[in-house]
Amino acid sequence: MVKKGKIEVRIEHCKGCGLCLTTCKLNAIALSTADVTNSSGYPYVIMINENCTGCTMCAIMCPDQAIDVYREQEHS
Amino acid sequence: MGEKQLMKGNEAIAEAAIRAGMTCYFGYPITPQNEIPAYMAKHLTIRGGTFIQAESEIAAINMVYGAACTGARAMTSSSSPGISLKQEGISYLVGARLPAVIVNIARGGPGLGNIAPSQADYFQAVKGGGHGDYHMVVYTPETVQEAADLTMKAFDVADEYRNPVLILGDAILGQMMEPLVFKEPSGKKFDKSSWTLGNRKGRKSHLINSLSLTEGVVEQWNWELKKKFDLMAERELMVEEYMVEDADVIFVAYGTTARICRSVVHQTRKQGMKTGLIRPITVWPFPTETIAGHAEKTKHFFVVEMSLGQMIEDVRLAILGNAKIHFHGRPGGGIPAEADILKQLKAILQS
Amino acid sequence: MKKVYERNNIAFDMPSPYCPGCGHGVIHRLVIDAIKEAGQEDNTIFMAPVGCSILAYTYLDLDICQPAHGRTPAAATGIKRALPDSLVVLYQGDGDLAAIGTAEIIHAANRGENITAIFVNNAIYGMTGGQMAPTTLKGQKATTCPFGRSPEDGQGYPIRVCELLQSLGGVTYAARTSVHTAPNVLKTKKAIQTGIENQMEKKGFSIIEILSACPVNWGLSPQKSNEFIANEMIGYFPLGDFKKDGKIIQRSDH
Repeated sequence: MVKKGKIEVRIEHCKGCGLCLTTCKLNAIALSTADVTNSSGYPYVIMINENCTGCTMCAIMCPDQAIDVYREQEHS
Repeated sequence: MGEKQLMKGNEAIAEAAIRAGMTCYFGYPITPQNEIPAYMAKHLTIRGGTFIQAESEIAAINMVYGAACTGARAMTSSSSPGISLKQEGISYLVGARLPAVIVNIARGGPGLGNIAPSQADYFQAVKGGGHGDYHMVVYTPETVQEAADLTMKAFDVADEYRNPVLILGDAILGQMMEPLVFKEPSGKKFDKSSWTLGNRKGRKSHLINSLSLTEGVVEQWNWELKKKFDLMAERELMVEEYMVEDADVIFVAYGTTARICRSVVHQTRKQGMKTGLIRPITVWPFPTETIAGHAEKTKHFFVVEMSLGQMIEDVRLAILGNAKIHFHGRPGGGIPAEADILKQLKAILQS
Repeated sequence: MKKVYERNNIAFDMPSPYCPGCGHGVIHRLVIDAIKEAGQEDNTIFMAPVGCSILAYTYLDLDICQPAHGRTPAAATGIKRALPDSLVVLYQGDGDLAAIGTAEIIHAANRGENITAIFVNNAIYGMTGGQMAPTTLKGQKATTCPFGRSPEDGQGYPIRVCELLQSLGGVTYAARTSVHTAPNVLKTKKAIQTGIENQMEKKGFSIIEILSACPVNWGLSPQKSNEFIANEMIGYFPLGDFKKDGKIIQRSDH
């Protein structure tokens, strides 16, 4: 059973550079549409699917430390 | 009272620095100050300090910058061309409000020049050879004893104002041997914990820096520096007035040329001529009021420098036309001869 | 769900001061992660000279020293000799280290100063608006080589710093990594940790050269910039360890 995960984004810190998207193998994230931006005018990263496994690659690639990652723990 | 020793100027300066608690010295070879790094390499290291022969004078002044960030007493020395290379570092030390002692055993210039004595680095020292509005206390010792005393004092003044201090000597001062007695260090303590880097336990982070791109910030730093410079000018002035009360002609000279003028004063006094000497011991702050005060009574001032004439401009600013100013200069390592000064002096007194 | 990755609070709670997609943002995080994991926050002196690294002053909650351009290794020497137990981390760009500061980095390395140099190689002068750097590639355009860098016209060849320094006796560790993909970011973190461990164990001079993107001055998107690293830079600047525990491992002399 693949563990489930999710990300939390500091919307004001994201600059819409999209590097996280290049590392997400599961297409779980995308940038918000151009009309949905933070106060600096940047579109920001949002979760678009529920298939995130919490692998943390997006957070590792993020130049702005904008992503925290959560992962379901095994039920031992 | 320590015991009397016979020492070369360069070595006396080095020993004085160690006794003043200097723990880090960074140097580079250049005549005529080579005895200073050599002395540090031997004596500083065995007494627990750090000596590095850097790859350049630029690296050396920036090593001083680093050591000063930790609160250590740090020093570098060089001679004229090497001091030119350090100018950016000196400006950074002022901008980052870091204490340090720099020693210039000046030599003939410009360019590579020669290894003879010179006072042609005056402007560089007092008018700021680096960029930006900055000043530093500049001492001009006349004897090996005074060079040692002022070097020790320089570390206290640097720490007190968090600003670099310059010892401006020349090849003669550096190379000659004279007897001296090292004074006891002042023992003054300076709490640097509010700004130094390292061992951050229990305090907020410190930033040592001279840059700000925020509007108005660097201007504000400059206004704070100005307050400090005004204090330094008010408190750190040192000048010797020698036989000036009844003088018809007052020599103005520092360091080696002051020694020459002093012996001319002795000779001429014996022959009934009333001469005197004003000797700046700090050329920054400059004894402007001292000179201006005497200009009310004495109508002839005779400036003698080992250069084409640099300090003479500050003497003019002090006198502002209230008396005549005469000049005798020997540039490029030339040393003024008493006979030449006497000849010119007699011409002045006859006119 | 358990939090498995979170922000490193050595960086103040603010957006990183770097341009979108800039490698500095990633490398800053890797450095402060390594510092935090080594428990060295109170002991670190971060050296950020002149260039984009100045933006660290308001971003990182560390003791920071700003040396003059290029003189970082000299100032670091002064600090480390005065405070031998501090952790001195140099954070230099290619202009600071390989142009104006070439003498300083070579001699600090040759003296085996016990410091850790993070060398961000983005083949351009970023802060001043995109001039040719010592590591700008042949044919790469910059404001001061607008027709593409041409060694044949006296603009020189890109300097391979790890290969330059590996021959110096004082160098314990020299590695080149990159931050253009997630696996490479993880390798970069490991290399930085090695550099910091070397310093803490007083093994001498370590340098980690990191290929990094500068989208704004390369005129490429963040993704295309990382592709530029993969397709153009790594060919000339091969990744890997060049010296480890004082032994030369690989040379690249093509």
